[in-house]
Amino acid sequence: MEATALGIVIKAIIILAIISAIAGFGTYLERKVLAFMQRRLGPMHVGPYGLLQILADGIKLFTKEDIIPQNANRLIFGIAPAITAATAFIALAGVPVFPDFTIPEFIPLLGGTFVPSVAADINIGILFVLGMMAAGLYGPLLAGMAQANKWGIIGAARTAIQFLSYEVVTGLSILAPIMIVGSLSLVDFNNYSSDHAWLMFTQPVAFVLFLIAGFAETNRTPFDLLEHEAEVVSGYATEYSGMRWGMFFIGEYANMITISILAAVVFMGGYNDLFFLPGWLAVLLKISFVFFFMLWVRAAWPHVRPDQLMWLCWKVLMPIAVINVVVTGIVMMV
Amino acid sequence: MGLEQFKNRNVGTQNYRLLDLGETPKTGFGQFKQVAKRTFKGELFVGLWVTLREMINALFRGEMHTVKYPFEKLPISPRYRAIHDMLRLLESGHYRCIGCGLCEKICISNCIAMETRYDENQRKEVSEYTINFGRCIFCGYCAEVCPELAIVHGPRYENASEQRAGFSLFEDMLTPIDKLNLQQEYDGFGAVTPYADENIKKTPLAY
Repeated sequence: MEATALGIVIKAIIILAIISAIAGFGTYLERKVLAFMQRRLGPMHVGPYGLLQILADGIKLFTKEDIIPQNANRLIFGIAPAITAATAFIALAGVPVFPDFTIPEFIPLLGGTFVPSVAADINIGILFVLGMMAAGLYGPLLAGMAQANKWGIIGAARTAIQFLSYEVVTGLSILAPIMIVGSLSLVDFNNYSSDHAWLMFTQPVAFVLFLIAGFAETNRTPFDLLEHEAEVVSGYATEYSGMRWGMFFIGEYANMITISILAAVVFMGGYNDLFFLPGWLAVLLKISFVFFFMLWVRAAWPHVRPDQLMWLCWKVLMPIAVINVVVTGIVMMV
Repeated sequence: MGLEQFKNRNVGTQNYRLLDLGETPKTGFGQFKQVAKRTFKGELFVGLWVTLREMINALFRGEMHTVKYPFEKLPISPRYRAIHDMLRLLESGHYRCIGCGLCEKICISNCIAMETRYDENQRKEVSEYTINFGRCIFCGYCAEVCPELAIVHGPRYENASEQRAGFSLFEDMLTPIDKLNLQQEYDGFGAVTPYADENIKKTPLAY
């Protein structure tokens, strides 16, 4: 069935509503999971089991004074957080989340509308998503450079090297699956895994590389050097306060979800029905597992040093990714 | 668990277990081998398992360590010296204090003030008794010297206040007459903590 404009608008609203809610809820989940892993309770007092903690945080963020430092470039300082948040959500436009469905006829007004799995089913879906996430690096970079703070500058420099380096690994690691599937559209990836084995099993090296690079690009723990408190106070976010600061973190959590969805769709079978599970539930479980894995790793593993980060990227991961692409090519030819 | 291993305090005569750290690689190939070995050894997954195990223990086996303090409190040691209590005789319900004045005399921070007089039966009765908790250092001498076990240390350790000088009156510290059956004797100095054997841990001397 052909997607109508109404269906796409509904899909966009679903993505915005669900993902921004989950991105906020992600902060609660992160605090809760980290607390459990350290045998603490985590937020408990706002609402049942602390579920409304995000409301309290939101009120706090919205009502905090918005401070712009004296020597900062006011324009860029103001725009930078919006870049992070906006690119994170634009990237989600090209990501298929739930299966296609048609709204039942008995619902007034919207009944019978076909809602596609992806808001913008462009034939270069995966490039668009990766490109948009790469453009997100301008957020921390500009923020760090505009705020006239030495920690911000260091954070910005680390952003540039880390995101640019790991862009290479992400691209190369996902190249082998692209060669196998023969398409850049994420919907084709999903359809491929409906009648083939998951790419996670046929391309394990690419999967591991993609996860590692995903951690680096979403600025998650083994690689969260951009705002490593012990070294650079808060990195690029040092001078930010209130909702501007909050937008960086909404963007970060949205990026985490994007990477989770990419991992689920490309490598873990996407939103196809799994045994007895319907597709939408299966993909939700997969996304949640990858998201939980990111929190789990944060509780378990220490940071790496910046030089180790670069060493790992250029001397280990990139050669492995290239070898993986070459081997995949040879196997496909033979 | 026996106590023998804790009683051996001869440092250096016990069995030490040395960590096997291996040798530091000197050549480039040695470093490569070390990296490869560590990569495939699965040490990272050991770390993941440890945190997951703690999460399972905390959630499902009741090993959560958080005490929600104002709502739940840990038991304190019977030796703990908190705000004083004045106890009553169990049979008659009369207060135990005989007005001897020893606690006022021994108090090294001079925070106890008492006045006594003879009542109609020619018994000493306490007409004024205050403790200035702004001065009290909770040394416990008053409870130790009391011949009648009348002034003791109770379990109230939350003594933050708005003023430096906080006076407590005799009637405030006295066991309420309707709570007489709940009155706790003070085990006092040298009392053993309940479950002391289970809580015993190695001290650094034992290593």
